[in-house]
Order: sequence, then structure tokens, then C-alpha cells
Amino acid sequence: MREKGLSIIGTKAAKSAVETTAKYIFTVCSICAVLAVASITIYMIYSGAPAIFKVGPLDILFGTAWEPTSAEPSYGILYIILTSIIGTAMAILIGVPVGVLTAVFLAEVAPPKLAAVVKPAVELLAGIPSVIYGLLGLLILNPIMYKLELWIFKDSDTHQFTGGANLLSAIIVLAIMILPTVINISESSLKAVHGSLKSASLALGASKIQTIFKVLLPAAKSGVITAIVLGVGRAIGEAMAITLVCGSAVNFPLPFNAVRFLTTAIVSEMGYAADLHRQVLFTIGLVLFVFIMIINLCLSKLLKKGVSNDE
Amino acid sequence: MNKEASIYGKQTRISEWFIYGAIYLSAAFATLLLVFIIVYVAFKGAGVINWEFLTTVTSTLKHTVGIAGNIVNTLYIVVITLLIAVPIGVGSAVYLNEYARPGRLVNIIEFTTETLAGIPSIIFGLFGMVFFGEVIGLGYSLLTGSLTLTLMILPLITRNTQEALRTVPDSYRNGALGMGAGKWYMIRTILLPSAMPGIITGIILSIGRIVGESAALLFTAGSGYLLPRAGAFFHKILESGGTLTIQMYLSTSKAEYDVAFGIALVLLILVLVMNLLTKFLAKHFDVNRER
Repeated sequence: MREKGLSIIGTKAAKSAVETTAKYIFTVCSICAVLAVASITIYMIYSGAPAIFKVGPLDILFGTAWEPTSAEPSYGILYIILTSIIGTAMAILIGVPVGVLTAVFLAEVAPPKLAAVVKPAVELLAGIPSVIYGLLGLLILNPIMYKLELWIFKDSDTHQFTGGANLLSAIIVLAIMILPTVINISESSLKAVHGSLKSASLALGASKIQTIFKVLLPAAKSGVITAIVLGVGRAIGEAMAITLVCGSAVNFPLPFNAVRFLTTAIVSEMGYAADLHRQVLFTIGLVLFVFIMIINLCLSKLLKKGVSNDE
Repeated sequence: MNKEASIYGKQTRISEWFIYGAIYLSAAFATLLLVFIIVYVAFKGAGVINWEFLTTVTSTLKHTVGIAGNIVNTLYIVVITLLIAVPIGVGSAVYLNEYARPGRLVNIIEFTTETLAGIPSIIFGLFGMVFFGEVIGLGYSLLTGSLTLTLMILPLITRNTQEALRTVPDSYRNGALGMGAGKWYMIRTILLPSAMPGIITGIILSIGRIVGESAALLFTAGSGYLLPRAGAFFHKILESGGTLTIQMYLSTSKAEYDVAFGIALVLLILVLVMNLLTKFLAKHFDVNRER
């Protein structure tokens, strides 16, 4: 697209040497990302796969007993996987409606002055370190959950009380943490909808709400789906915040059970795990990585589709 | 619904008021949540922060509780990570924007950059622990942590630089090349200076990310909280060191909530400052930034 520069200063040979070097250096820089992803993939498989075959694929992926430190250890991670899936799904179910409605507020409903308050607030929410969410969840959400738990299970003999550190707390924290992602992406996709659609709908007599929900949101569909997929990625990969609030015991993911996610299993056990136990933790990492890669592939498909729609 | 609605009469739909209510409620929730977090953390943390807290390290001998070591560690990690990541990220953006022709390589690079942005920090942590810590043999050290975070913020810097390079008009390029400048000379003297606000925005966003990061650092940079020994500033990068966020996590899990809230307040203030800085830059240099 751009021709090679010719200069009157310096010899052509010297110049072209510099130019070629610069080009190679820039190329190498850009290949770093490729190398990084390649080596992450290789090392995740390399450190995560051996345990699958040592324990047995079925035993590890569909086993329900997680007793890595007992005399006869068993490494079933089914509950951990289920917790991550259910926890993420619930967080999306709660977070996405709130997020999309806030995006609608910012893009269509809000008076400029209100939008000027809400928008920066959302941006700031995105920047708050996850440990802070964890700390606040632990000190505010968990006591509330505990009261709820005492009230619901007051007659139950079988329920193991968790002190409020349960799946529900984790879901709420996750739902809050995906809000900024969902809001930002949905808002920009709503704003990207061509104005003529809105005008046409309003001119046909549709009310503002009808226009938003029957014209604008469908038109911004691919953006909203992208937002959801990104939210899933963020929720399933979140570690530190939910480590503090989820109770960290491997149980079937019921709302008031203390649970362990893929991420929190790694965080809470990597510090002392050894040998096969450690390798199984890497397998958990590998499972998480596979989930993330699937999400990424969906995302790049979606983004490509979005681009071809724009053209 | 009224069947004989006239176009002159404005229909009021009860259901729409509910939807408006839900919309306002959602927006109010997001905003009040932030206000609540800030007020709560400020309220709990303000009493903890004092000069001693910020300038000493926790020591049972001297009966002090402080985070000076963690502040220094955080600075180390920010500086080292940026020193490595910024040249690579900017270089990559320059290649993608100025040199590359659309094709397979570009697709692969863009896909991997996208992927890198989507990988959760805990995976970076695992990879960093195995690759930089064990295979390369850096162990738990600030350098391991920085190298791990480099991978994590690379997409952020590349993306922002690319965005900024795209806003530089083609006439600048043609003008420079037309006057006889070589391509590298043109990039060095015209493009990069013009794209500087975008690059700096990327750097500030990265600092925010690094300061708030915990999962990727727990198993790479470790949790040391001491100040570097006198004269061993350089050697420190090979020693373990926990950032503020790591210390906050550790304090929280040890139920030392006072310290945790103190650090939380420091972190919140940092995040606020970073946010204002990016706003300021965007306003003054009119960079159209999209996230």
C-alpha cells in the first residue's frame, strides 16, 4: 500500500538495512502474541493431560468424590465442573438483564445529565480489583446469606450450615462483576444501530419502549450476544473474588451449598498440592482452558459475523 | 389496549411504566453499587491508613503493621511489566497497521491477540508458574510475575496503539514518505508521536489491570512483603514479592479485615486516579477509544 521510501540522505544500502531491520523487529513483536497463545496451549495440555490418563478420563471427569489428600485419594471433578457451569449460567441469568437494561438506559432513555453520571460509574465498576468484590462479598453478602440460610433450613437436620459462604453468594458476586462488560458492549452496539431504523419505527407510531425492544435490540442482537459471551468468559474465569465467598468445599451446586469452582479449586489448593494432586489441579486448569477456548472461538465467529453485517 | 385509539390521544400503557421502572432501577443499581462500594471501603479503610501503615512493613518484633513492602513490589511489577510489554505491544500494533498485508498471518495474529485478551488470569498464573517459574527457573519472583503479566496486558497495549494509529490520517504518511522519509523514519517521527495519547491510554489501562491483578500473581510473584535490602534493588526482582492486591487477599483470608480495608482503600484511590487520567487524556487529545 505504501511505497518504499527513497531518500537523498544516506546511502540506499544503509537505509534499506535499517528499514529491513525495523520491519523484522516489528514482525517479531507481533508474533509474540502467537507464541504466547501457542505456548500456553501446549503447556496447559502438557501439564494437565497426564493426570487424566493416570486417574482415568471417566473417573476424573465424571467422578463425584474429591478426596485428594485421603489415604486412598480420589479425584472426581464433576461437581467442580458443574459448579462452574451452573454458577456462570445463573450469574448470566441475573447479570445480563440488569446489564442490558442499563445499556438501554444509557443509550436511549437517559437524559444526558443522568447518563453523564451513570456511564463513568459503570467504567469505574469495571476497574475495581476483584479482591475488593471478594472482601465486600465476604463481609456483607455472606452474613445476609447466613440469616437466610438459618431461616430456610431451621427445621432441616441434613443441611450443612455454611455460614453464608455458598453458591448463591458467589453467583451474586459474579453477576455484579460481569455487569460492566455487558453494559459497555451492549451500549456501544445499541448506539451503532442506524438512526433511520429508530426514526422509521417511531414514525410508524411505535412507542419508545416498543422501538427499543422490538427494533433496536433485535438490530443490536449480535452485539448483545457478544456481550453475553464475553460475560460468560469473565464469569467462568473469575477466581479471587469468589474464592473468598463460595465456601470452598466440593459439593453439588445447590444454592445453599458451599461449593468449589474450577478457578477456586486451583487457587485454594495449588499452594500445598503435590504430585498427582497437583497434576489434577492442572487438569482442572485444562478443563477451564478448554471452556475458554470454546468461548473465544464463538466470540471470533460472532465478531466476524458482526463485521460482515456492517458491510 | 384501546381498539379505537386515535392518533391524537396519547396512549398510556401501564406495562411500559413497569419497563421504564426496570430500566431506571437497573441503572440506579449499577450506580448506587459503586457509590456503596466507595463509601463502605472509605469508611472502613480511612481509620487504618496513616503514615506508619504506608511506610513500614508488618513486623511482630516492632509491632508495626504496614504495606510499604507491598507498595514497592507493586511498583517493581508495574515498571518491569511495562518495560517488557510496551515495546512488544506497540511494535506489534505498528506491524499490524503499517507493514502487514491482509492475509493468513494477520488473521492468526489478530485471533491470538483476541484469545490472549480472553484468557482468564488464573490460567496465566498457572502457565507463568510452570513456564517462567519452573522451566526457565525463575521461581517465585517479581520477574516471573512481570513476565506473566506481560502476556496478559499485551493485547491491551496492542489494541489501544492500533486504535490510535488508525486515527492518524493517511495524508501524514503520504506527506512524510513524499518528502523522502524512509518508512521507519516516518513511523518514528510522525506516526508514533501522533499516536502517543492512545499509547499512553493503553499504558494507564494496563497499570490499572496490573495493580488490580491477583490470580495471575499468587503463584508467580509469591507473597513476600519485605522491603528490598539496601543496595539490592536490582537483585530484588529475583525474589518473591506480593503486590498490594495479593497482600489484601492474604489479609482477608487470615481475617485481618482492618489491613484488608486499608489496602482496599489505597487500591480504590489508585483506580480512581487511573480512571481520571484516561478521561483527561481522552478529552485533551480527542482519541476515539473503543473498548
